[in-house]
Amino acid sequence: MGTFILRRLLLTLPVMTVVALFVFGLLYIAPGDPATMIAGDQATPVEVERIRVSLGLDQPFVVRFGAWALSALRGDLGNSLFSGQSVVSMIEQRVPPTLSLMALTLVISVSVAVPLGVVAAARQGSWLDRAVSSFAVLGFSLPVFVLGYVLAYVFALELGWFPVQGYAPPSAGFGQYIRHLILPALALSGGYIALITRIGRSAMLEALSQDYVRTAKAKGVDRRSVLFIHALKNAALPIISIIGIGVATLISGAVVTETVFGIPGLGRLVVDSLLRRDYPIIQGVVLVSSFTYIIVNLAVDVVYTLLDPRIRY
Amino acid sequence: MTSTVDTAGDVPLVLQAAPDLPPIVAAPSRAGPLTTFARRNPTLVVGGLLLMLIGLAAIFAPWLWTVDPHALAPARRIRPPSETNWFGTDDLGRDVYSRVIYGARTSLVVGAAVAAVATFFGVLVGVVSGFVRWLDPIIMRIIDGLMSIPSVLIAIALLGVARGSIANVIIAIALAEFPRVARLVRGVVLSLRERSYISAAIACGSSASRIMSRHILPNAMDPIIIQATYIGASAIITEAILSFLGVGTPPTIPSWGNIMAEGRALWQVKPYIVFFPSIFLCITVLAVNLLGDGLRDMLDPRAAKRI
Repeated sequence: MGTFILRRLLLTLPVMTVVALFVFGLLYIAPGDPATMIAGDQATPVEVERIRVSLGLDQPFVVRFGAWALSALRGDLGNSLFSGQSVVSMIEQRVPPTLSLMALTLVISVSVAVPLGVVAAARQGSWLDRAVSSFAVLGFSLPVFVLGYVLAYVFALELGWFPVQGYAPPSAGFGQYIRHLILPALALSGGYIALITRIGRSAMLEALSQDYVRTAKAKGVDRRSVLFIHALKNAALPIISIIGIGVATLISGAVVTETVFGIPGLGRLVVDSLLRRDYPIIQGVVLVSSFTYIIVNLAVDVVYTLLDPRIRY
Repeated sequence: MTSTVDTAGDVPLVLQAAPDLPPIVAAPSRAGPLTTFARRNPTLVVGGLLLMLIGLAAIFAPWLWTVDPHALAPARRIRPPSETNWFGTDDLGRDVYSRVIYGARTSLVVGAAVAAVATFFGVLVGVVSGFVRWLDPIIMRIIDGLMSIPSVLIAIALLGVARGSIANVIIAIALAEFPRVARLVRGVVLSLRERSYISAAIACGSSASRIMSRHILPNAMDPIIIQATYIGASAIITEAILSFLGVGTPPTIPSWGNIMAEGRALWQVKPYIVFFPSIFLCITVLAVNLLGDGLRDMLDPRAAKRI
């Protein structure tokens, strides 16, 4: 077990390096010369050159990447070009809203999608199954911001049940915190539910066609136990794996949802930084999100081996 | 009934004696081949027709009772839908209906172009990865890396350094999408290369490029076409997202995302500016997704049953 986790961890290193290279390469090809910018309008070419050397900008790509990666490993992602604040502290401030949004979305999605998938598979071909499948196609076709606006219009503007926009930290009281998060999380859930339902249904169909399910039925095990214990347990692996893979879509969706609902999270930070061309922040957010995705999927793989003793790497 | 079938002589006497049995072979349909095709592939036909309708609207936009989508009319700002402005006007007095119809051009061009570019490079990379053993681990780690960056963030990051044209938007989205094709193609190549007909082709002295183009790619075509369709749908959404965030298609070009971005500040008082392009966006994406599902059902009936 320990060696497996270690090996799996080592396998993520090249992937993380590729992400880091992409993120660093962005700044490398970005227009504008930081040395000229820092030196100001009045600087002579000699001064600009001196600043360039002092920043290490005259070094070759590999050396600069190494230096950047080392400081990133020490938790230093540079400073914002705009406010001068450290990128890490700016990201830290924005993590709680985004994380809350994603956590609530995950809870809603899994608790809706898994039962839907199970029921659809249990009654394959029925009107219920067809309704669930059509719902999944609709979920894929409804962009998250469109769903967000529809929800906000109906439940916030017309009915007034929830606030239209904004975010309340948990310190403002749990009720306020959840009330602000419900609509954005529902909007973000649409596509995720469709994804998990679709995979859940096909995994359940696969499991239900196995011999041990037939045996269980023949023994007279009641329907519910066959579905939820015999079949769902075995269908759990693809479902968990799609939940992990779906995190990338979830992060993409969160960027948009935060704009629709005015939530001060990582998504707003990256969009605002892009409009100001504040590259270090864009780099930081891309790096943090991608590493989160990689670590989530690492965890998924570990959970896999815990759930299924047949899997040995 | 059964006597119309050629093999009637083989049918046991018992069955022949039962005149009410349903026909073993369905009577040939009198409907034309088109109707039969539509009946067998309803999803494909509905998606295709919807998409064709939107495509026609995009092509014939100038003749669809539209006015110049850029024409400013400060005197008629933010008017609700009326007889002259079917979808109302935006905060600069531009006709939202005309902008939405012209916006179909942007979405369809981006969707088709991303599908084409991502598929081309995906197939190229996937084939190399599947065929050149020593390159495979390197390419796959790069693909894994790209796939672990959320697609909207890849596009945002690239558009941060190279802003501002439809071509850049297409490249940025295609970079986020092509790894999916590359993985798919690699998988197909890896499974096909062990088949005996490939060994036979090698034994006959076929060159690698001939084996690729004549024996492997034709067999990989179906899943690639299906995947390309889904990528088109996803690209249309991503373009709208980027434009909505203000970092995609330049604001001078009407696109559904741009119209929504302009309506964003006003949406609580004038929701129609956001809703009309939303409806068109949803219908278009739905049409492309239905087309993809229909193609999957038609080309790969086994996968259709599973999913």
